[in-house]
Amino acid sequence: MDFHFLRETVLLLLSGVPLSLNLAFFSILAGAVLAVLLALMRLSGNPVLDLPARAYVFVFRGTPLLVQIFLIYYGLGQFPEIRQSLLWPFLREPYWCALLALTLNTAAYSSEIIRGGILSVPFGQIEAARACGMSRWLIFRRITVPQGLRVALPAYGNEIILMTRSTALASVITLMEVTGIASKIIAETFRAVEVFVCAGAIYLILNFAISRGIAFLERRLSPQLREQGAQDHLPEPAR
Amino acid sequence: MIDYTELMGFGPRGWGLLMVQATLMTVAVSASAFALGSVLGALVAWARIEGNRLVRIGADAYTTVLRGIPDLLVIYLLYFGGSEALTALARLLGAKGFVGVNSFAAGAIAVGIISGAYQGELFRGAYQAIARGELEAARSVGMPRLLLFRRIIVPQALRFAIPGLGNVWQLALKESALISVVGLTEILRQAQVGAGSTRQPFAFFITAAVLYLLLSTVSGWGFRRAEAVGMRGVRRA
Amino acid sequence: MTSASPNPSAVATRDLRKRFGANEVLKGISLDAHEGDVISILGASGSGKSTLLRCINLLEIPDEGEIVVGGETIALRIGRGGRREPVERAQVDRIRMQVAMVFQNFNLWSHMTVIENVIEAPVHVQRRPRADAVREAEALLDKVGIADKRNAYPAHLSGGQQQRAAIARALAMHPRVMLFDEPTSALDPELVGEVLRVMRTLAAEGRTMLVVTHEMGFAREVSNRVIFLNQGVIEEEGRPADLFAAPKTERLRQFLSSHLKA
Repeated sequence: MDFHFLRETVLLLLSGVPLSLNLAFFSILAGAVLAVLLALMRLSGNPVLDLPARAYVFVFRGTPLLVQIFLIYYGLGQFPEIRQSLLWPFLREPYWCALLALTLNTAAYSSEIIRGGILSVPFGQIEAARACGMSRWLIFRRITVPQGLRVALPAYGNEIILMTRSTALASVITLMEVTGIASKIIAETFRAVEVFVCAGAIYLILNFAISRGIAFLERRLSPQLREQGAQDHLPEPAR
Repeated sequence: MIDYTELMGFGPRGWGLLMVQATLMTVAVSASAFALGSVLGALVAWARIEGNRLVRIGADAYTTVLRGIPDLLVIYLLYFGGSEALTALARLLGAKGFVGVNSFAAGAIAVGIISGAYQGELFRGAYQAIARGELEAARSVGMPRLLLFRRIIVPQALRFAIPGLGNVWQLALKESALISVVGLTEILRQAQVGAGSTRQPFAFFITAAVLYLLLSTVSGWGFRRAEAVGMRGVRRA
Repeated sequence: MTSASPNPSAVATRDLRKRFGANEVLKGISLDAHEGDVISILGASGSGKSTLLRCINLLEIPDEGEIVVGGETIALRIGRGGRREPVERAQVDRIRMQVAMVFQNFNLWSHMTVIENVIEAPVHVQRRPRADAVREAEALLDKVGIADKRNAYPAHLSGGQQQRAAIARALAMHPRVMLFDEPTSALDPELVGEVLRVMRTLAAEGRTMLVVTHEMGFAREVSNRVIFLNQGVIEEEGRPADLFAAPKTERLRQFLSSHLKA
């Protein structure tokens, strides 16, 4: 056991964690915004909105993420229109290309999760809200979103973990996040097994932390599933 | 920009034939990986259902680890680590130089090991979905365990597992694209080569995307048919 | 029985018709509910009772006919796709604030506590100050007998408690009219009584109530008018004493004999 090497490797790999987390965090965030839009388009019932959204989800879920990354990083740069546009300073950088690809990809999967959550709200409760004179926006905000969120959370948590794994693909377009650094060390030292163990451990710890976080959120958001007698929210009644 | 049909066609300057061959390669490596994954998945499921505590912990660890780390790392491990090991072995036997592991083998095994983790979960869930009563009925007529497994458990578990298996297959198809980084000439690698050679990356990667979509759609139909066949005689909830 | 009474009209429908596909469920219903009326609506399943109620607060839109709430006619027009729709969204929301509905399946919002359910519409739809709404909600929960459950979630309550919470929620809106859509049909027999007790109290206070029910005791003893619906048409209508003692039509006779306990 070459502990010196292991220690060196772990330290080197840890320096890539901020970039991995950065890619994961921002792509999930931007992806969520896009996902809500897509979900609403699909739920609108209007074919002009529904069909493009379905096509988007079909394409981005049906093709490998790496192909999407290559298309954006190598493919777009081919066109003079893009090279001369305002976006070029971004689209020539591997970081922005990776971020864009990851965002577009997670949006497709997340939109289905969000759609499932919205559809899971029992229709009777929506009717009761309508019967009280609530506007559609009010119903969405006060009834659909809170309940849909609780249903979607486990699946969304899974998606977050998958996205964290997917950031590794950014290494293929030269980004030095954890996997990028790992492949560099392997190429230089040929000690694949040790590097694999270190890098794998780092990812597993990240995932574990994320799972714990999601589980915590789930418990916080679902007090109605907790034991009876839990007192929250309002103060004791005035006697 | 060169005309697309000439680029991808089957003429003298066309890459069409190469792309088709690459597609076959993708299917081949994905199928091998999927098959390996099924074997491993069955073992893992059995370990988690019937195994003793130690075996179960091992199976749980396998599942957690392989679903938590990036697939790319597993591929690197098998390719570079495998080459490392083979080189060391060769050196022991007196050979000199570097022995590389075959990228098809490394890729198929890597994706297979990952697939096994997912399939294990799937088979376990499918087994648990079998009505306990049916198993009891079989035992009560004195069916020996192996026969029970073959005639009752396997057919029923497969029936419940088909939708999930469809998903896992699609995953394997998409993961096969990662094997391009260790040199296997499947769809993505061929597209890269073509893109580099003709300086038409967009055309090639769009073609690659379309090919994956085709494979995925056809697979989807196939699995839905299989599901329909499997659900014969079952009343849906 | 005369429909001309000194009290003003609370809710009225004129010649209401509603079709679901090829099936015409309401075939021209006209009724007039005055303030203080407690009207029981009886009929076999498929007779259109629930649909009638749901048209009044526009959960269903009638194909023909008029709905008048508190003297205000709901404006409807033929919209996109040839189907009728309300002219003014705001009018619908306003009407719904005056017409409170209690559902067969309670439909409490499962992510909110009981008291949060009760104050939700007053605070967010009627824009009343939260402190007032809370105070009133507590009084209402006390009135229906579940004051101690104010911080519980619907999932932790029995069916009878949930329905009483739903009644409190409906009362919190200060409605002009209360619609009850088979309020006790989803309850276990032991729990029916507690809900009916609350409804009797409300009737005694002079609330205007339209109740679709199978509870003949309630219909006979608490309501001041009974409407018998059959296949989308009002077959008979009148005072409970008259209808129960001397049904004029064969269908009502059959209905009563199969529904009344010996």
